[in-house]
Amino acid sequence: MDAHAHADGHAAAAHHDIEIPYTVHSRPDTGLYNGKLGIWLFLASEVMLFGALFSSLVLLRTSDPNWPHGYSILNIPLATVNTFVLISSSVTVVLAWAYLRLGDLKKGKLFLLLTLLCGFGFLIIKAIEYGTKFSHHQYPSTNNFFATYYLLTGLHGLHVVGGMVVFAYLLMTANKWYGAKRDQFTNRVEVTGLYWHFVDLVWIFLFPILYLL
Amino acid sequence: MPKRQLRVGTQWLYVDEAEKLLREAMRIQAEEQKKLEEGGHVQPWYRRWLFSIDHKVIGIQYAITALLFLLTGFTMMILMRWQLAHPGTPIPLVGNLLGSANAPGGIMLPEFYNMLGAMHGTVMVFLAIVPLAVGAFGNYVVPLQIGAPDMAFPKLNMMSYWLYLPGGLFMMLSFFLPGGAANNGWTSYPPLSVIGTGQTWWLIGMIFLITSSLLGSVNFIVTIVQLRAKGLTYMRLPFFVWAQLVTAFLLLLAFPPLEAAAFMQLLDRVAGTSFFLPTGLVVSGAPLEVAGGGNPLLWQHLFWFLAHPEVYVLILPGMGIIAEVIANNTRKPLWGYRSMVGAAVFLGFMSFVVWAHHMFLTGMGTAISAFFQTTTMIISIPSVIILTALILSLWGGAIRFTTPMLFALAFLPMFGIGGLTGLPLGLAAADIHLHDTYYVIGHFHYVVAPGTIFAMFAGIYYWFPKVTGRKMSDRLGKIHFWLSLIFINGVFFPMFIQGLAGVSRRLYDGGAQYAHAQPVLHLNKFMSYSAFLLMAAQLPFIWNFFKSIKWGEKVGSNPWQATTLEWGATTSPPLGHGNFATVPVVYRGPYEYSFPGHEFDYYPQHVPEPEAPPPAAPGGGGIQQAAVAQREN
Repeated sequence: MDAHAHADGHAAAAHHDIEIPYTVHSRPDTGLYNGKLGIWLFLASEVMLFGALFSSLVLLRTSDPNWPHGYSILNIPLATVNTFVLISSSVTVVLAWAYLRLGDLKKGKLFLLLTLLCGFGFLIIKAIEYGTKFSHHQYPSTNNFFATYYLLTGLHGLHVVGGMVVFAYLLMTANKWYGAKRDQFTNRVEVTGLYWHFVDLVWIFLFPILYLL
Repeated sequence: MPKRQLRVGTQWLYVDEAEKLLREAMRIQAEEQKKLEEGGHVQPWYRRWLFSIDHKVIGIQYAITALLFLLTGFTMMILMRWQLAHPGTPIPLVGNLLGSANAPGGIMLPEFYNMLGAMHGTVMVFLAIVPLAVGAFGNYVVPLQIGAPDMAFPKLNMMSYWLYLPGGLFMMLSFFLPGGAANNGWTSYPPLSVIGTGQTWWLIGMIFLITSSLLGSVNFIVTIVQLRAKGLTYMRLPFFVWAQLVTAFLLLLAFPPLEAAAFMQLLDRVAGTSFFLPTGLVVSGAPLEVAGGGNPLLWQHLFWFLAHPEVYVLILPGMGIIAEVIANNTRKPLWGYRSMVGAAVFLGFMSFVVWAHHMFLTGMGTAISAFFQTTTMIISIPSVIILTALILSLWGGAIRFTTPMLFALAFLPMFGIGGLTGLPLGLAAADIHLHDTYYVIGHFHYVVAPGTIFAMFAGIYYWFPKVTGRKMSDRLGKIHFWLSLIFINGVFFPMFIQGLAGVSRRLYDGGAQYAHAQPVLHLNKFMSYSAFLLMAAQLPFIWNFFKSIKWGEKVGSNPWQATTLEWGATTSPPLGHGNFATVPVVYRGPYEYSFPGHEFDYYPQHVPEPEAPPPAAPGGGGIQQAAVAQREN
């Protein structure tokens, strides 16, 4: 549209002057701040994404008489360790949030760091698993068992990486934001924590379906 | 001589007092406008126009981009229609510009026809209509109608647009790559889509578009739930906002399975997996070197799990616009507002359990067919409720035949035709005959073209003054309307006749080599020339659109005397970032036209009852409010 028609109206509009309601504090009738509702909705769409992939796995598996059992191919001990690593990280992220709520930035940061380290640990173990599979020439193109295995664990791994990027960002900006906008920063940790629990939950489903059945 | 009196609100005032009041009101308005504009330092142009986080600018960006894609998709269709009317004849004027790989000597190759077919569908659905209906109208109007300063996540909003545009450009650029664009139909059924050319770019583009609409839908839902103005309860929301809310839920929950499917098809193409490739597939006489064991039907399920709700994503915002325009131009409340809202929500739920009616011919079994046939019949009920309520809303109204109203009135029977012709397709037995014929094309084009696109036109003519402060020409608008209405029926109605005769939808020569098509072959020319004339009929619109930005009739903040917040509670356009000079408070439902006992024939949502104490400061809307505040003070 013609720039002139709008130039005046938008030219002077300063973005930092606009205050969006309920960014930090909850709206009374919904009991949620915007970010929290946003992340729940995002997670709903994630449920549909992984739901579609799990359903596809069920369909492909039930229609293939030669589908192997996961326990005959995949490394259950490593995956068990990984399950514990991820569950621990769900605990540490809650502790980080709780300490930030209580006003203890130092402990909050410590548990954020532990969460991040758990994420690293998970990825390292996952990389070892992938490496072993590759060395045995087991690629996504080998068969649909490996195709679904790599697709589901790969997509889950990308979610882990995404969460770690956010945790790293929160850790780096903690000193600055916790001082300036304490509630907002704590909310960010809470919202990221909700996402992190979801990533954890996906693994709780992936582990039995891929490895144990 | 007694001094003459003037009634303002509920009070009689002497004219000199009324004049004072009017001057005071104008002064307050100017002051508020100035305050809004002088909010801070001036942003550089690229922050204002390219990377703005103001929902109104993003809405305009979406509108312009989507309208250009709409024209692009239409142009592809015009090329195809030439080929259908005159198979094997060089395309006049532009034939030689298409390149020898596509149209040697100006004559379209079958492969190029398939590319145009696939890309016409993709462009129209994913790049034109949905971004126009949701990205443009939703973005611009929803925050204004709910009294919010912006969307809940302005930066995310900007990111949605900047994922949509590259996604669209990726797809369009694939025309210029070796092998050309995707040519497997907009439905991209494997195995053809996995072994065919061009599809990789289509899939990458889709992943961009899905991510964009995912961010957008989260943003819309949070905005509507969290940022409604004080007093704006759910049953006081304009129907347009309800339509956008349901649409956002559909996008949020239906798109991820297609994203999963797009990932899988992409892996099938680039990583050698076999998610959708069955064992023993033979391509061009040689067995395909893949592991196999996959299931082509899996794609169809995942695709239609999105693509059926997508139909309602296409139509619901259109219905929302029509509801606004009809209430405004009949000057009475919508008939059955609550039933309409209930129907829209029910429609949203049901749209998730009807997808396999697109797959009756895949041999999935009679039990499953019966289930999906039943749900499909059930989902027609809420659509009928909404359409009936809109038609009954006309009853007894003093109708203003403005250009937006004409488009809204035409929407009703056109969408009716589109909807009713869908019933035979939803019945498994009838679908055996009609599946994949031109009847299907006629059916969904009646829903989307004279249905949704007419609703989009109604919306453009209706909200144009809100965006630019000027009205579009009514005379050009009426020319545009009548010509479009006639020619669009000329394009789509004969498709039903061809389809009933059994003409398949994907024939490159329009059926010249096809026995069933012979008795109805002459209709191809009629449809094609109607399509060419339909394109010519858009010229008055395009001229009107650009002309009116500069020279249209100047209007105030509420030229249609409307009740909803975006008209009454804002200052005159252009609006600054933040929308409202003062935060509006809502006192009543969205369509209080011809309110008994009220002074004017419209009673805006934000105007307090005369007895009620005024809000802290009146919104920037006109003399009426100022009068109330003045009296109370």
